[in-house]
Amino acid sequence: MSLKYVEEYRDGALAKEIVKKIKAVSQKSLRLMEVCGTHTNSIFRHGIRSVLPENITLLSGPGCPVCVTAQKDIDAFVEFSRLDDVIVTTFGDLIRVPGSSSTLGKEKASGADVRIVYSLFDAVQIAKENKDKEVVFCAVGFETTIPTIAAGILGAISENLENFSIYSANKLTPPALAALMDTPGVVIDGFILPGHVSVITGTNAYRDTFEKYQIPSVISGFEPVDILNAVLMLIEQNEKGAPSLENAYPRAVSDTGNTKAQAIMAQVFELCDASWRGIGNIPSSGMTLKKEYQRFNAAQKFKMDMPDVPEPAGCACGKILMGLKTPLECGLYKKKCTPMTPVGPCMVSNEGACAAFYKYN
Amino acid sequence: MSEEKVLLDHGSGGKVSHSMFSELILPLFKNDELSKQDDGAVLDFNSDLNQNSGGGLLAFSTDSYVVDPIFFPGGNIGDLAVNGTINDISMCGAQPKVISVGLIIEEGLLISDLRTILETMADCAKKAGVKIVTGDTKVVPKGKADKIFINTSGIGIIPPGVNVSGSNAKPGDKVIISGTIADHGIAVLTTREGLEFDSDIQTDSAPLNKMVSSILNCGADVHVLRDPTRGGLGTTLNEIAEQSGVGIKMYEPAIPVRGAVQGCCELLGFDPLYIANEGKLICFVPEKDAQKVLEVIKADEYGKDAVIIGEVQEADSGKVILETAIGGERLVDMLAGEQLPRIC
Repeated sequence: MSLKYVEEYRDGALAKEIVKKIKAVSQKSLRLMEVCGTHTNSIFRHGIRSVLPENITLLSGPGCPVCVTAQKDIDAFVEFSRLDDVIVTTFGDLIRVPGSSSTLGKEKASGADVRIVYSLFDAVQIAKENKDKEVVFCAVGFETTIPTIAAGILGAISENLENFSIYSANKLTPPALAALMDTPGVVIDGFILPGHVSVITGTNAYRDTFEKYQIPSVISGFEPVDILNAVLMLIEQNEKGAPSLENAYPRAVSDTGNTKAQAIMAQVFELCDASWRGIGNIPSSGMTLKKEYQRFNAAQKFKMDMPDVPEPAGCACGKILMGLKTPLECGLYKKKCTPMTPVGPCMVSNEGACAAFYKYN
Repeated sequence: MSEEKVLLDHGSGGKVSHSMFSELILPLFKNDELSKQDDGAVLDFNSDLNQNSGGGLLAFSTDSYVVDPIFFPGGNIGDLAVNGTINDISMCGAQPKVISVGLIIEEGLLISDLRTILETMADCAKKAGVKIVTGDTKVVPKGKADKIFINTSGIGIIPPGVNVSGSNAKPGDKVIISGTIADHGIAVLTTREGLEFDSDIQTDSAPLNKMVSSILNCGADVHVLRDPTRGGLGTTLNEIAEQSGVGIKMYEPAIPVRGAVQGCCELLGFDPLYIANEGKLICFVPEKDAQKVLEVIKADEYGKDAVIIGEVQEADSGKVILETAIGGERLVDMLAGEQLPRIC
């Protein structure tokens, strides 16, 4: 396996050059938000905040799929694991996320059949090997994950699998950006747009949001040189007062994106309203299975409809996701809420702002 | 004909047990103490202790091995069980002499697999110059264990004047790692998860007792020796920072990670700093001795890629700070639990 295209974007000397440029150009106090959990993780892991001038604040937006998953969806995942003859398959990050009364991890320890998978195809395979059981997949994730879920559903059809279903808590990025901009009190001077998501959606997916709000927006890769470069571009746009939508990740992202992935997504899923943790309902920001694929909808199949529940008292995850608070301003942070005893999801996932603050600061 | 398997009878203590011991185990592990087949081994360290004129301190350690899968690229559970205990004793500054082996076998394990594991253990012990002097075998019903669990305990002799401990790190010490990190954890993980990576990542399992002897004999003032096994380099350095009440600063570009290992970590969302090693050590020595110790480690067959990766400082007591390639700084904390794969 070659690390080509990674090492050159971790080049210390090149990164230091960009930092120098940033310091030379930057005058205004700016709040720049990354909306991808992988960016959050990378920013902390490479110590990017520590090399930026003080007038540049990086905010972690609603880009960690686990963090934006509503409490009632987590409750549904837990509830599935309590059913007899059901195998719950999930990405690892979800295991420790607390629902109202339990976590998938705790249910597993009590004997529930909860299995960590790396992709939906693993879940489909488990369904094939366990025809006497029902296999439910907890579908969270953005545009990067949704096409593979769609492909998995088509795979299940071609295998004639009837014991497989998904609970879709999938979400789309551009509607969340618009919702943020419409939220009173939210101050954002630029978006570092997600690289992985954009590989699928293409630059064009952000054009409407950009036109409407005229907010500096730059698509970025995940290595330090990528991120610093995107930060520099956002600073330059702000300093010049000339917002634009730019692609700083052209080695992976095109204007139109991966049309094949988009097509398969559109074949299996359709838009729906979705509940985002902390933000609430955002119209047309979720993806639900189309009518002809409803037999794979676990919520339908098991008549699972969990009630809306308030988020844990004192948990600031929602405000943190919108850049209204930093983890340090949450009363639970490092006290009641730690990676060992998380209260909110931002403390669980590797890509959550609170977990990153806790781990790297 | 189906392959021969371990039966509950093999753990009965009766004839079948005895024949497994005398026909399979003893010939592989053979030495005077084990051959006596007493309930325990009687050990005579007098000559060792006299040679060392006035030492008299023993190191004693135990560890259990439950790795899944039991066979992985570059080794098996037997390598870990022998090398692991040898290394734990070595990290006390001791020369390992004898180890015990306790086998807990799940009914149905292929005898051929058991033989491979035992042969590996015999090889490892021989290579390290350590005797397996006592042991025990139990067989449990199918489903009550996972193929095979192994416990090893060992005793080593600490030469006079040696005083290494995780609480001895001093400001100004240099931190040396004996080679690339995260090889073992990634080798096992990629096998366990059935992730078919087209790579040659192998476990780094190796006995480090000879390397430790060379380090301790080179005249350097060695403060700390540790093998960064479970929890990886990041966790081990945190333990040392805490035990010694010092800060540790590491330089990211200096930390050696194989390209393929780094690639797997990127794909799976793991940080190699927290991935297990089974044949590496960390050594803390004053700056004046650092170059000498580095050369000694590099001369050892398991230390060719050794490098200095950081130093001890008074500031940030109890913490491990990483200076990243771009000149940023971040905390390297202990891991909360198992690293979980990322989802997108």
